[in-house]
Amino acid sequence: MNTPHPTTTQSGRAASLEDSIDRRVHGNWLSWLVSQQTFWVSVAAVVAFVVLTFASDVFATQQNLFNVTRNFAFVAIIAIGMTAVIVTGGIDLSVGAVLVLSGMVVGMTMHAGTSIWVAIPLALGASLLVGAINGFMIAYIGVPPFVVTLGMLSIVRSLAMVLSNNRMVYEFGPDQPKLLALGGGFVSVSMPFADPIRVPSPVLFLIVLLLVASFLLRWTRWGRHLYAIGGNERAATMTGVPVKLVKVSVYMFCALCAGLAGVLEVGWLGTVTTSLGQGMELSVIAASVIGGTNLAGGVGTAFGAVVGAALIEVIRNSLILLGISTFWQGTFVGGFIIVAVLFDRLRARSANE
Amino acid sequence: MAVLELARVSKHFGAIQALIDVSLLIEPGEVVGLMGDNGAGKSTLVKIVAGNYPPSDGAVMMEGRKVAFHKPADARGEGIEIVYQDLALCDNLTAAENVYLGRELTRGLGPVKVLDYRAMFKRAAELFAELKSETRPRDLVRRMSGGQRQAVAIARTRLADPKIVLMDEPTAAISVRQIAEVLNLIRRLREHGIAVVLISHRMPDVFAVADRIVVLRRGVKVADKLIAHSSPEEVTGLITGAIETA
Repeated sequence: MNTPHPTTTQSGRAASLEDSIDRRVHGNWLSWLVSQQTFWVSVAAVVAFVVLTFASDVFATQQNLFNVTRNFAFVAIIAIGMTAVIVTGGIDLSVGAVLVLSGMVVGMTMHAGTSIWVAIPLALGASLLVGAINGFMIAYIGVPPFVVTLGMLSIVRSLAMVLSNNRMVYEFGPDQPKLLALGGGFVSVSMPFADPIRVPSPVLFLIVLLLVASFLLRWTRWGRHLYAIGGNERAATMTGVPVKLVKVSVYMFCALCAGLAGVLEVGWLGTVTTSLGQGMELSVIAASVIGGTNLAGGVGTAFGAVVGAALIEVIRNSLILLGISTFWQGTFVGGFIIVAVLFDRLRARSANE
Repeated sequence: MAVLELARVSKHFGAIQALIDVSLLIEPGEVVGLMGDNGAGKSTLVKIVAGNYPPSDGAVMMEGRKVAFHKPADARGEGIEIVYQDLALCDNLTAAENVYLGRELTRGLGPVKVLDYRAMFKRAAELFAELKSETRPRDLVRRMSGGQRQAVAIARTRLADPKIVLMDEPTAAISVRQIAEVLNLIRRLREHGIAVVLISHRMPDVFAVADRIVVLRRGVKVADKLIAHSSPEEVTGLITGAIETA
């Protein structure tokens, strides 16, 4: 990885500095690209896509792709928030529980006849509150993230059961059509020389969130501080980064993503049960890790998280279409997690030599 | 006028006397080597100057004014910068991002403040050029040599336009070639009129770069003299106690 040092005299050094900066920006983008795990996961997803298009008559149909993209949108939305948390060196196991809490709040309040314009802010507010508690315990009291969010996973899911008395909610009052359209609807995008493409509305939310999160991570102080905390928390503290506030905010951001996914998923399913989102934290973390996020902190992108989630869903879908028992799904996803991380390790080792 | 003055500073932790009546004057653009065995009080002295804790007794003065630091930010506000032994860098960020960590440059894009990478890379490149270091602003710190890391840590202090820089063991655990690089960085700081306090165990480094040497032993200052008037043998004796004072 070492570019050779320019052998120059003292006076020529400033110029050669400019040159080497230039080379890094313009000349090395290809080697930068192939060094990214996200790139290889994207390649894997595209290859799987192409292979499946030929292997199955059903895969590349409009309806199947519609389902695939909608199914992965929920995991991908939360994986973006999870990635931000993992970048700081933390973890949030409570996302599945926050999802059901948010879904339950929106379902129950609308069932009671409340307007959707009140119900959704309430659901997102409840999610943010859980995130704030997580963040406060982690940043100000110093409880390890794993422990806090594991506890919260249990508490929040139990609260969702208490709230609903463990009943299924399926009537959402006067604003029901709006909620169902929000989660289950789609937008037609007209295409030149082809049928219009139907984009599921959760995917639209995902795209907007992806753009916003990518911008925040790359172009704001908040985003850079997340990476700094994950890289060296003590250094971040000593250089004046407001580490505690940033930590609280990132758990709130993650919970907000989970809350948003909860609202959308309820709108799609048309019902809420307390089993919604059970075990989802593992898929979300898997998506994040496959997408190149380092569990040790400091590395990860929103785009990677989305690609990771997409790859998992493509695997799942392909097993069904190819007639392979869905029992195999875990084997494939688990294999991908290990291979992705292994690949990253091997690459890092060869880069150091 | 002295940029930093310690007047009869003492510090005790319960019954333990870490520093006893230490007085010290540091002039602008002067490199002072601070030496002493483990537990001699070097790091206590640094922490008092850095604002980590106040002295039990005595006063800290900057340019003749008495100052009281309640937290590290106070000391930094007065123009005191510390380069810590482990450098406090984020391996996963670029050199420029590390230099600007915690004080990133932004420009307004409507209501949002967007990071101004162009300006940060440019200014960081200038700082590295000024330090005559080959560190490149866009390189990840993870891929850097010990000497380049030092350059990043020192460029960070330069950004604050400090009056005095305290360096804690900057030459421990790096290669010989890199040590030469770091000593050059220290000379660059001196050329800019910045005082440097170099805390080190390595006799050759101190004698190569320092103007003056201060030796602490068991919390007491036992020597404070020009390098030209001392020798490594004498300093070794002072550190171990074989020579009482000089």
